[in-house]
Amino acid sequence: MARLTEENIRLAREIIGRYPKARSATIPLLHLAQEQDGYVTNEAMSHIGELVGASSAEVFGTASFYEMFKFEPVGKYLINICGTMSCALMGSEELMHQAEERLGIKMGSTTPDGKFTLEHAECQAACTEAPCLQVNYRYRYRVTPDELDALIDDLAAGNLSSEIPAHGTVAVVRQHIPADRAVGAIAPELVTENPAWLDGKAAL
Amino acid sequence: MTGGTWKHAPGFYAGDRPQVVTSRFQYEDSYTLERYLATDGYKGLRSALARPANEIHDEVRSATVLGRGGAGFPAGTKWGLMPQEVWPRYLVVNGDESEPGTYKDRLLMERDPHQLIEGCLIASYAAGLSQCFLYIRGEMALAQERIAAALNEAYAAGYIGKNILGSKFSLDIVLHWGAGAYVVGEETALIESLEGNRGMPRLKPPYFPAANGLYGQPTIVNNVETLANLPWLLNNGTAAYTAIGTATSPGTRMVAVSGHVNRPGVFEIINGITTFRDLLYGDEFCQGIRNGNGLKAFVPGGGSAPWFTSDQLDLPFEASQVGPAGSMLGSGAVMVMDSTTDIPHAALTLTRFYAHESCGKCTPCREGGTWLERILSRVVDGKGTDADLDQIFEVGESICPGAFPHASNEKLGIAAVPFPYRMNTICFVGPSAYVPVHSALTLFRSEFDARIVKRTMIKVTAVA
Amino acid sequence: MTTIDTTETNDVPPKDPNAVSITINGRTVEARKGDLIIAAADSVDEYIPRFCYHPRMSSVGMCRQCMVEVEGPRGPMMVVSCMTPVAEGQIVRTDTPQVKRAQEGMIELLLANHPLDCPVCDKGGECPLQDQAFSHGAGESRFVEEKRHYEKPIPISDLVFLDRERCILCDRCTRFADEVAGDPLISFTQRGNNTQIMTFPDEPFASYFSGNTVQICPVGALTASPYRFKARPWDLEQRESTCTTCSVGCRTVVQSSRDELLRYQGVDSDPVNWGWLCDKGRFNFQSTNSEDRLSTPQIKSGDSFVTSSWSDALESVARVIRHSREGSVAILGGARGTNEDAFVWGALADAAGITMRDAQLDDGLPASVFSHPQATIDSACAGGTVILLAPDIKEELPVLYLRLRDAVQKKRIRLIEISSHETGLTKYAWKSIRAESGTAAAAMPALLAQADIAAQLASGPVVIVAGRPNLAESASHTMDAVDAVLAVAPSASVLPVLRRGNVRGALSLGLGPRNGNDAAAILNASAKGNVDCLILLGADPLSDIADVDLARRGIAGAKFVVAIDTFLTASASHADVVLPAAAYGEKDGTTMNLEGRVTSVVQKITPHGTSRADWIIAVELMTLLGHESNFTTLSDIQDAMSAAVPGFGSTTTTVAIKRDGIVVSVTPPSSTSASTSVAAPRNSYEFRLDLSRKLFDRAIGTITSPSLANLATEANVFIHPLDLDRVGTAEGTNVRVSNSHSSIVLPVRALSSIPRGTAWVPFNQIGADVRELVRRNESITDVRIESM
Repeated sequence: MARLTEENIRLAREIIGRYPKARSATIPLLHLAQEQDGYVTNEAMSHIGELVGASSAEVFGTASFYEMFKFEPVGKYLINICGTMSCALMGSEELMHQAEERLGIKMGSTTPDGKFTLEHAECQAACTEAPCLQVNYRYRYRVTPDELDALIDDLAAGNLSSEIPAHGTVAVVRQHIPADRAVGAIAPELVTENPAWLDGKAAL
Repeated sequence: MTGGTWKHAPGFYAGDRPQVVTSRFQYEDSYTLERYLATDGYKGLRSALARPANEIHDEVRSATVLGRGGAGFPAGTKWGLMPQEVWPRYLVVNGDESEPGTYKDRLLMERDPHQLIEGCLIASYAAGLSQCFLYIRGEMALAQERIAAALNEAYAAGYIGKNILGSKFSLDIVLHWGAGAYVVGEETALIESLEGNRGMPRLKPPYFPAANGLYGQPTIVNNVETLANLPWLLNNGTAAYTAIGTATSPGTRMVAVSGHVNRPGVFEIINGITTFRDLLYGDEFCQGIRNGNGLKAFVPGGGSAPWFTSDQLDLPFEASQVGPAGSMLGSGAVMVMDSTTDIPHAALTLTRFYAHESCGKCTPCREGGTWLERILSRVVDGKGTDADLDQIFEVGESICPGAFPHASNEKLGIAAVPFPYRMNTICFVGPSAYVPVHSALTLFRSEFDARIVKRTMIKVTAVA
Repeated sequence: MTTIDTTETNDVPPKDPNAVSITINGRTVEARKGDLIIAAADSVDEYIPRFCYHPRMSSVGMCRQCMVEVEGPRGPMMVVSCMTPVAEGQIVRTDTPQVKRAQEGMIELLLANHPLDCPVCDKGGECPLQDQAFSHGAGESRFVEEKRHYEKPIPISDLVFLDRERCILCDRCTRFADEVAGDPLISFTQRGNNTQIMTFPDEPFASYFSGNTVQICPVGALTASPYRFKARPWDLEQRESTCTTCSVGCRTVVQSSRDELLRYQGVDSDPVNWGWLCDKGRFNFQSTNSEDRLSTPQIKSGDSFVTSSWSDALESVARVIRHSREGSVAILGGARGTNEDAFVWGALADAAGITMRDAQLDDGLPASVFSHPQATIDSACAGGTVILLAPDIKEELPVLYLRLRDAVQKKRIRLIEISSHETGLTKYAWKSIRAESGTAAAAMPALLAQADIAAQLASGPVVIVAGRPNLAESASHTMDAVDAVLAVAPSASVLPVLRRGNVRGALSLGLGPRNGNDAAAILNASAKGNVDCLILLGADPLSDIADVDLARRGIAGAKFVVAIDTFLTASASHADVVLPAAAYGEKDGTTMNLEGRVTSVVQKITPHGTSRADWIIAVELMTLLGHESNFTTLSDIQDAMSAAVPGFGSTTTTVAIKRDGIVVSVTPPSSTSASTSVAAPRNSYEFRLDLSRKLFDRAIGTITSPSLANLATEANVFIHPLDLDRVGTAEGTNVRVSNSHSSIVLPVRALSSIPRGTAWVPFNQIGADVRELVRRNESITDVRIESM
């Protein structure tokens, strides 16, 4: 475990190519690594450093700043229950207790079978639909404790595997810039002319 | 559709109001290129490309398209702050919506990604921006997928890329996504993050993005909703745009109302005119407080905004009135607390949020935010003392020196302290940790007093 | 000592367009455009408290301790003075109640999670947090919560320990590692209240400059193993001095307690080191304290040494010199000593008719390199083009590497590097061109004629940084390459980078070779039986001369060998008389850095045992030999130096008190190097040998410093990965490295920074000695590599 695979290196190079500076691809590549292994391994961080021209320490410095990156295995389903104001006002703490009881684990931990991880999340931008939660970043709105139980049953039974990919994969659709349409990213110091469509006129 | 919401746009209620940015929400397939083109899609871009770039910039400026991210700064003016003749310039779209209470940019991205893309194209054309980065919040899987698909469609159809629609205008739009850090919504932190770094804000000055942004180049950071306004503006013209709302706050804005109301939801309201009373009690909006309860307090503009009570219900969505009243409109997020609300606990859920989301760069936020959270948490648990309550103000003073904004309250006999605050921090995250606890303590001191352990004065009597 | 008046003119200078006048607490302060308020305040001793601000690094405005009030259009505004530039008419106040409240608040917040372990903390007593808590804090903390806890302390390298509980997250160490050293091996990790400094797992903070982070840490979060728990700051005495580990000449303070050296700290000399030191220069004070130091004179008796008195030992040396044939006495070395040491030894040589002398050990360049117009570090870094015809500057002259790197990063200069393999500066070079050893000079005309390079050279000043890139290659190749550049850019100046501490001083003041009799010639003469007395003045030819065979024959051939040294080195153990010398820190004087800058070195402790300064030994020998010396004190010598050496002027009596010293122009006698290099075609062997130094090797000062001793690595031969396949062996296995002279066995390693056909062996590491294959009379060294 686990540097990026050949296929992911190809994808990584494509992603890096979109930015004027390779380092900008750090976070997208960390997502790619997490998608590959379910979490971000040390080997992957060193590999990403090589690809974007940063030290491993810098990549780890960046990665560890962001909540979504995990540095050890988490459950196949990461359940994030929102605890910020709107959800709290609408009963999210009750939901958290329910989840803890149902799964027999505390918030912030993983079930022994490696299926579920529970996390106290901060605002998920679904405040009118409180209380809300995400399973691997797929929303569930206005969740009641009974609905939570049913959701866990469905996840455990594999009923939602087509809708909710295993932890690590966020979006299943990727951007692809067709080569014949791409303008191409140029390092800023190499740009000398103003944009062609301004016809030499200064932009305001 | 006054009566209900659509399953495909959860929480959204159209009403009988002008729809500048939400007009396609009624269609289940609103995110497809096919539907977009069938509903005037990319018409604004075509009309823009037929005119010189500076004319489009002028139009955006004269329409006073206000920034919808929180600060409310006019977009056209912001673009004009870039230094002349410095290339390249970049557009960074702030789609990192995560201010507590805010739910609108996500809807715009999930429901109408092409509208956002068209807005990016118009802005880039007008301001001479040579590459666009769409920075979408990491946790928003569906928004990322919808935008990725829309970008792929638009590239294939010639709306993005080299020589767009046969013109000299060329632009790459790159979908970039975050990984979970609220502070990245701050524009300089967003740029740091986009450069592959820890999302820690830079100091302004010298790092004003318009002059010294992404890779040190002039950079425009605009909010999703702001850019989503542009296609409609180009299609309908400045006169039509400014006919909605008021002179200082033209157009509409998306507002999410959450918490203890009968019908929480997202509404496209008329800027500058709609009042908080309309919003909380109006039939086409939230239809009153749940269970017929009284209103205790509400947060008018996202978690960072000082709280209002029923005294401020008649204020309109107009920055020039809300600021002097002690708060801000922020990101269009109203959170409502009814009479049953445990105020110290409610404040804790916000203070904890900001303490948790501190980037750790500057001392007052990193140390002060957590300190506030720990005191408040002890008070909520019934283990606080009155000294703890005093200490909250002391820590607050270290974060934000001087008078701190709050609303007036007739019953308490206190006058408003106008927004904004002064701050010892680099950005607003540190002060935002103080906002909820300060508002709660100022407006609802008795609820705290009831929770704390009073220091008992022991009277020592000489024993004869 | 007298002070010198630096006022040069009484004319009123014209109004400087960059002058800015501001007011701080009612005082008018003259500053310059672009200055920060905090720097302007420092210039008039208005102290603004600070933690993250450091004048040699970019400002980040993180700690918020330096907030002050600036009068603005809407009344007074609080600003961070480390990020706010001065502006004409600006009114700054650092003493209002608002400022005081903010500063007290910040101290309280910083102390909230800071442990109260000052009594057991190395920083206690010299801690900016402790000091400023007293001067700018409220006096007590109201923080009653549980503090942050981390495992403490954890080693983050061989030299540095990290205590995350004490850390106040000022970003100084991380900024230094990234911005200044270019070794971003430590980073902020986690976020918010959990932010901490960390290395990456299994990738230690192995930077040659790590000690600087300890020095600039404003708390006791970073501590250096050589100093941990050794002393309290208030027990330390210190004097300002100059490091002579290499020839950059970094300014330091030498600190001791109870007559033992305990620490060196960098001092900010603007033209030289900007406050930075390399780890070798910072931590090799341990060598001075070593128990293995020579403490008494030794006289060889049979196979072993017998302790002797100074008078007996000196008399036996004098007797040998007196009875030596004319022209058969030789002095090798002197670069380790002071200018005064070199001058008196030179005077002795002159008086006694000793013409065989050389301060270099065939590992530098002929002194004719000094006859070109000379550059300084500042002039090289100021602008234009720097052409590197030099060894790996990062390995040999680390702080010069920092200066050059900085000049590139700030876009002031462009580097053109011509080298046989990649170096520490390669990634900062505008052009880095690989030229196999022995071919650079011939390639130079075509290379410099390339359109972009020619345009670059024409665009501004050109400085040639000239040194000895490969010890298995004749120095004449470099000299020819320098000439080839000068032919194209005749106005170019030269910065000679000879690495030994005071080599330029020694060469300039009397220990340079006469009539071409350089170290190699002397050892050759000795091998032929023509040297009756060989004096090794802090020189260890057996360890340092690339042609080890020549060194062996030279020492064996000498009828009598005298070693004057601090340790019983490999060569000294073959001596007939060994005289213990005072080490760095044990004697006063001056030194000359690679630019010709003269600065002071100071005595801080009494010399070990009975050891004496080199110059004292020379004076005594002069007396015994019946020569008049008149040298009884250092100032006698300095006066004589000023009078006798053209170009030295009156500097020596005054430099002692000046931090930045004075650049002198002394041209050492030029020893014509007879051989001209020919770009020899590679012979039938497959690899050209590249023998160059790394910072840490088995040098005596390093291996006698316990904390540095294990930083030398196993000897390896490095070749390109494809060559590894060609040889048909695997990484790490032993290979035979041979030529007609000898054959040795070394482990082989693949390194893609080594061009194909080149075999790089770092000098003087642990294991088989590749010098067995090097011969001085061959201008390059080719070797065969075979799997075993």
